[in-house]
Amino acid sequence: MARQRVRFTFSADMVREPIIYRLGHDFDVVTNIRRADVRADMGWVILELDGTDDEIQRGLTWVADSGVRVDPIAGDVIEG
Amino acid sequence: MAFIKGLKCRECGREYPGDPLNVCDFCFGPLEVIYDYVTISEVIGHERIAEGPLSIWRYEDLLPASADDPVDIMAGYTPLMKAKNLGKRLGLNNLYIKNDSVNPSFSFKDRVVSVAATKAVEFGYETLACASTGNLACSVAAHAARAGVDAVVFIPADLERGKVIGAAVYNPTLVAVDGTYDEVNRLCSEISDNYHWAFVNINMRPYYAEGSKTLGYEVAEQLGWRIPDHVVVPSASGAMFTKIWKGFNELACLGLLDGVDPMPFGADQNTVHHPAVTTRMHMAQAAGCSPIVTAWENHRNQIRPVRPDSIAKSLAIGNPADGIYALRVIRESEGSGYAVPENQVVEGIKLLAETEGVFTETAGGVTVSTLKYLAETGAIGPDELTVAYITGNGLKTQEAVEEVVNPLVVKPMMGSFEAALESRVAAGV
Repeated sequence: MARQRVRFTFSADMVREPIIYRLGHDFDVVTNIRRADVRADMGWVILELDGTDDEIQRGLTWVADSGVRVDPIAGDVIEG
Repeated sequence: MAFIKGLKCRECGREYPGDPLNVCDFCFGPLEVIYDYVTISEVIGHERIAEGPLSIWRYEDLLPASADDPVDIMAGYTPLMKAKNLGKRLGLNNLYIKNDSVNPSFSFKDRVVSVAATKAVEFGYETLACASTGNLACSVAAHAARAGVDAVVFIPADLERGKVIGAAVYNPTLVAVDGTYDEVNRLCSEISDNYHWAFVNINMRPYYAEGSKTLGYEVAEQLGWRIPDHVVVPSASGAMFTKIWKGFNELACLGLLDGVDPMPFGADQNTVHHPAVTTRMHMAQAAGCSPIVTAWENHRNQIRPVRPDSIAKSLAIGNPADGIYALRVIRESEGSGYAVPENQVVEGIKLLAETEGVFTETAGGVTVSTLKYLAETGAIGPDELTVAYITGNGLKTQEAVEEVVNPLVVKPMMGSFEAALESRVAAGV
């Protein structure tokens, strides 16, 4: 089993979509929200994901393909 | 010795020991160093600082690692130059340039990496690591060499060779990741969870970021223990911006600024604001990657991540870790933010070079163009004490200004030379 901490950022047109519900329902991934700020025009959620490596990757690929930005919780780690 | 008490979550306030941690286990908020300021106030003073080394380690009492045996390539103590020519051009009579492009690996990153590397060695790590497209890679590789530990530097596979040489020369393990920017980000984050390495800006981040406070201390010391009315600071993650502000406030609270009474740090030492600290903090970002400035301009409290598309690569962080805190500093200091149009970045580089003899990289061009904008719009008054931070060296981004190479080509004869000179004069260039 693997564990990943990620941040999802939702644009205005994605903020009403049940992305986290579907991630837990359609993939074998346990979602655990730790902090969030969701408003009408945008939102972000910081959460922990438990599952196999492959299943987490499959789920995150689906989230990103759905139009939700996926980042490490520490922000961009590549620096200039 | 270091007067560190531990770490504290910036979001929920939970405290942790001073270990190699960067995220709160409970809310996943960022951790920051907390200090024993009572003891620091008993030992620190202008004389003690003056007796210290000519590097960032003269401010040892306010750093989270001991200076007994620092990993030090002599970062810091860089020149603060009165910029008369640039000031005249912009109508600013009291302008200074903090030239941090002359650090040993040619950027301000030496300040933060020196602290992170010292702390990493203290923790017993044998490998320093980072993911970088330039300045950070050079600094990590150089400090690892100095410390006698291994270095692992992750770079995007398509990074120009010229940018890699400055790091490769120190003989780190270079890992070129063949993936998108986001994939490199995610991989490095995962690796930091799984390897016992000191990733300077991940698990060492609380300590690493504190090194930027020295940019505030040094300017104050070089101004005779005063702080400026305005500073202009380039921003990527936003960390340096917040730490310069923190540095000014620490000096004020400790009674180290001339004519300023000390003040207790209060319950949350990382957000303390001494009323005597009236410096307006102006943030400089390039329009192709300006998530913090955009949030400020739109009066938003959230940072919307962006996909960077800027020639100022050293500022190209689309999802800035400290963005929200930097935004608060802009507001608290009654400062501002400016997103420099991409076509004005090079103009800023050239303006600084032509007026002050300082060759900066693209980030410095962003700073100088922001300074120009602030002067032209009257946000900075003619006689107000202003410091612009130049944080990287132009030799690192020479391709940005290749157009300046336009020599007079002559035959080895006086006549040829004079003819060429006359034609140049006639053309008015």
